[in-house]
Amino acid sequence: MNFITIDKSNWTKGIEKSRGTYQIFGPVEDENGCQIKSLEPGGQPKMNADVTVMSPKSVLFPQTETILTADLDESKEDHHIMKRAEQKYTPRAVLGIRPYDARAIQLVKLNFDTKDYRDPYWCDAYEATTFVGIGQNRPTPFDFSTSTGCGPFSEEGLDVLLADLDDRYLAKVLTPKGEAWAAACGFDAGADTKESQVLFDILKKEAEKNISTDLGTDKLAQKSILDLYEAPFWDDVAFSCINCGTCTFVCPTCWCFDIQDETKHKKAARFRNWDTCMSPLFTNHASGHNPRESKVHRVRQRFMHKLKYFVDKYDQGIMCVGCGRCVASCPVNIDIREVCTIMNNYEKK
Amino acid sequence: MENPYMPYPVRIDDIEVATEDKSLKTFTFVFLNPGDEEKFAYKAGQFAELSIPGVGEIPIGIASSPVEKGFVKFTVFRTGVVTSHLHNMKKGDIMGIRGPLGNWYPWEKLENKNVVIIGGGFAFTTLRSSIVYMLDPANRSKFKNIDVVYGARSPGMLLYREELFDWEQRDDINMHITVDGTDDPDWKYHKGFVPQVVEQHAPTADEDTYAIVCGPPIMIKFTQPALTKLGYQDDQIIMSLENRMKCGIGMCGRCNIGKELVCKDGPVFTLAEINQTPKEY
Repeated sequence: MNFITIDKSNWTKGIEKSRGTYQIFGPVEDENGCQIKSLEPGGQPKMNADVTVMSPKSVLFPQTETILTADLDESKEDHHIMKRAEQKYTPRAVLGIRPYDARAIQLVKLNFDTKDYRDPYWCDAYEATTFVGIGQNRPTPFDFSTSTGCGPFSEEGLDVLLADLDDRYLAKVLTPKGEAWAAACGFDAGADTKESQVLFDILKKEAEKNISTDLGTDKLAQKSILDLYEAPFWDDVAFSCINCGTCTFVCPTCWCFDIQDETKHKKAARFRNWDTCMSPLFTNHASGHNPRESKVHRVRQRFMHKLKYFVDKYDQGIMCVGCGRCVASCPVNIDIREVCTIMNNYEKK
Repeated sequence: MENPYMPYPVRIDDIEVATEDKSLKTFTFVFLNPGDEEKFAYKAGQFAELSIPGVGEIPIGIASSPVEKGFVKFTVFRTGVVTSHLHNMKKGDIMGIRGPLGNWYPWEKLENKNVVIIGGGFAFTTLRSSIVYMLDPANRSKFKNIDVVYGARSPGMLLYREELFDWEQRDDINMHITVDGTDDPDWKYHKGFVPQVVEQHAPTADEDTYAIVCGPPIMIKFTQPALTKLGYQDDQIIMSLENRMKCGIGMCGRCNIGKELVCKDGPVFTLAEINQTPKEY
């Protein structure tokens, strides 16, 4: 494990230098708040932002993405034969990703990279990406990431973890991808390993002190799916929900998608879009029958998926990294921390 | 690993109107690339996405049987955007098939067992595939008694009528064909709903007998108690579920019943398994 010191006066120059190798993504302010976006040359990531409104999932899983195309012109030899849409998977670096968002990408990977099928669009983008995270010295009041198997200085899913030390960054290089990124930036001022690790440990401890939520998830796995599904509290949980889908939109671990076709003149495109389990159309059969016809069904599906089905299916904890975006963004104040507590403590009478 | 979203290109080789109300048509497809047929190797009970470029995809059970070579067949009910478009397509048109997808009826477990097939309406496609598979000379000896209870609203709504009546003539399969009603004085089969016919004519259960049930929800609802009365345990009742699907490979997230994905962990489940999941189908 090696540590590098990056003087902030060299940071911008290094990032610009790395553009020869990488497309750069990072947090920037726009009219909708702070977002992780592709940075044009000269654009600098806002490394000290508290949180980004949207998670960085779109770097690997765009909100809309063309997956296949076909020519419908019957005079062409290959008409109506679908082909993979052309995309470039040149190296990209995501700067300033939060440790909880990096863990979220590892959870989403469980869905897109399986032993039976591999989603080539997500996996190719993942392989092309280097994740340069930044430790959260001051977690937001909504942050409960220490309860979800990560925390403000978690290293999971990162290639480099930066610690912000005012005038410089101390970088912990975690993978060969991280080494390649540091080299491309020209960041090569080594730091003492032992001292640096002590510093990381102190920063981690200080940061974790700011997180007051201690969420219990320990009893979820041992409960039966049907007991939780049939529990009497779902009407109350869903009462104020307006099924707007904001929670799924901002969530770094929500991976559900829709597939749609479009034609323009003689060109057909098949693309996928983020979808949301809050929408009745998500499960509506062509016959009109809908197995999740009420909003209570849909709210229950969202929490059961994150806090029970996922737990049982993958044995990797809950499908939530504690970023708190859904809590902060929900227009009717539904709070996954409260629902998780109710579920974790529920005993069938 | 290949791109699981990429359909195999196929040509529509034949289109047959399957029912008297013309709401169902049977499409025969031939693969454009000869090697693709082998890649599409399937088992009875699986489904595939019929893929029309620029229109969309629909998950449909495979009606042809693994023992039939050179083509694949699907019987499609006209109901939504894609199926309506498909019904208006013509022989020779090019489209795609993506699959095979999902699990299949548990053929290894069914060896040396009595098999009772129960179907209703147009949910007879993968059951047709199964019957043709079991009756194949290479396979028939692997199974003991085969009974089939199949019903539709009227004689003209029965799928695969010619094959049904051929099977009726054979002595290695017991057919119990029924219709809800008919004014045809020459109708020589049963009249009445599937659950009644099951109760009266299906064999009683022993530990070597399994039932495969596929049909509309109302038929399934009333067939279950009939089977229970005949002594079938929940793990001897095998069912195939349907849900709205997009990807068919367990990724898009909508078809789950509890933690099981109908597209990938199913569509075939035993009743005992289904009893352990929320009834979201």
